[in-house]
Amino acid sequence: MEFTSVLFYVFGLSFVASAALMVSARNTMKAAMLLILSFFSAASIWLLLEAEFLAVTLILVYVGAVMVLFLFVIKMLDVDQSTLRAKFTKYLPLGIVVAVIVIAQMALVLSAGQFGLDAVAEPARHAADYSNITELANLLYTAYVYPFELAAVLLLIAIIAAITLVHRKGSRSKKQNIAEQVSVQAKDRMRLVSIPSGKRKESK
Amino acid sequence: MWQAFVDLIHQLIPWFDGGLADVVIILIKGVALILPLIIMMAYMTYAERKVIGYMQLRIGPNRVGPFGLLQPFADVLKMMFKEIIFPSKANIYLFILAPILAFVPAIAIWAVIPMGDGFYITNLDVSLLYVLAIGSVGVYGIILAGWASNSKYPLLGALRSASMLVSYEIVIGFVVVTVVMVSSSVNLNTIVADQSGGIWNWYWIPLFPMMIVFWISALAETNRAPFDVVEGESEIVGGTHVEYSGMCFALFFMAEYINMIMMAVLAVLMFFGGWHSPFEGVPYLESWFAFVPDIVWLLAKMSFFLFLYLWIRATFPRYRYDQIMRLCWKVFLPLTIIWIFAVALMTQLEIGPWF
Repeated sequence: MEFTSVLFYVFGLSFVASAALMVSARNTMKAAMLLILSFFSAASIWLLLEAEFLAVTLILVYVGAVMVLFLFVIKMLDVDQSTLRAKFTKYLPLGIVVAVIVIAQMALVLSAGQFGLDAVAEPARHAADYSNITELANLLYTAYVYPFELAAVLLLIAIIAAITLVHRKGSRSKKQNIAEQVSVQAKDRMRLVSIPSGKRKESK
Repeated sequence: MWQAFVDLIHQLIPWFDGGLADVVIILIKGVALILPLIIMMAYMTYAERKVIGYMQLRIGPNRVGPFGLLQPFADVLKMMFKEIIFPSKANIYLFILAPILAFVPAIAIWAVIPMGDGFYITNLDVSLLYVLAIGSVGVYGIILAGWASNSKYPLLGALRSASMLVSYEIVIGFVVVTVVMVSSSVNLNTIVADQSGGIWNWYWIPLFPMMIVFWISALAETNRAPFDVVEGESEIVGGTHVEYSGMCFALFFMAEYINMIMMAVLAVLMFFGGWHSPFEGVPYLESWFAFVPDIVWLLAKMSFFLFLYLWIRATFPRYRYDQIMRLCWKVFLPLTIIWIFAVALMTQLEIGPWF
């Protein structure tokens, strides 16, 4: 057995285990941390598959940005576990049905003989100087440049939409004009007055 | 000699087609890098107290050893023998996990940082992106510490510092994009190799505004003054560190200083020619300074940036929180985006002597 196979099983195991624990965790914060662990395991598996750009991007985007915002929301919300679990038995049958359907679909696709070494030939290993990111960039900026730009514009629209939804004028905002504050001079804030000093009373 | 050592390890550990031997070699390399790093970090704390001391007309630590040189070891011993107190209402697992999550990424980044020509642990093709990615994981230490402590000051410190870190990460990402565009590589080794040939070939000249933006964002990324809102002693007593003591606190502390060293190295690698001598191509100076090893130049440039950290800390008062956010989103972000367009135009039209 090669050492990379050992690594694959280790990362695969931690991937599956953390995902399973994430779903069953009672504490929301703990669940989020387990999700991060599963992201890391997935990134490690991608690294083994020579997709280092994808692996690093997964960590950069999902672990570094998306999950941080998730944790923000979890921290700000006061989630009461008992109300979340109150209707557990009521929704259980529906949940089981959905789960069975999803598993059946996955089983249909994965066992149809479209995957595995007999259906797809093993991809050749690349040399050490093979640059995954250069190959990706060549494809993204030539053959797929329009879908790529389209996706970027779509994301921009989403950002603008989110900001306009939240941004309300004249609400409880305590906005300050920092340019005004920074450019303030001493004479705007302070007035020097000369007060004639009175005569001291002579004490007897 | 190194090759002979590698062969010896391979003969001693033949398991997994030599794969395990490779892991052992990487571990040895890692220890060889981490030990000097930790010592450097320890003396960084000493330098900080000494430099700021002299700037404020004090002497600084001078009791332990000659000139107080053994002070870091005294601090380490004190930290190690202090009791670690767990708050009774704290979430104990996350409370312990938080300092580990702050410390491990700070160390893990160094796997890809080249310290000299061919002197690195691994030559990852996307090493600059790896640095960004792993660096962004460090924020979890602060978020978790604030949440798991179950106390109001840590929560406040964690909230404002986490949003600051995430914001300034975007700016650093854009600055990195300009560097990548100029050198057309995301490999730190290639970026440094592209800057060979004297001080005027380094990227700080074509990317001067980006260098300034990067350095200010680096201050924010490492939670240093004037951006130290995570601690803010005068406002929220100590921020996320309030409930931590002993080695748990020391891990946060070490992570901060190792990140400072990392940011200094990154600035040197991206803008100041890495391990290249500034006199390359200068008639006489080049041969006079030819005996100086690569790593000495790197360490010298890095020390300047580390000194800059201390200098800035002693000089500027802390930013107000909304001003920090304004600086990031309204000043730096437009500036970097404009500069990306400028660099793209210059590269496309082949203007300038640099590209």
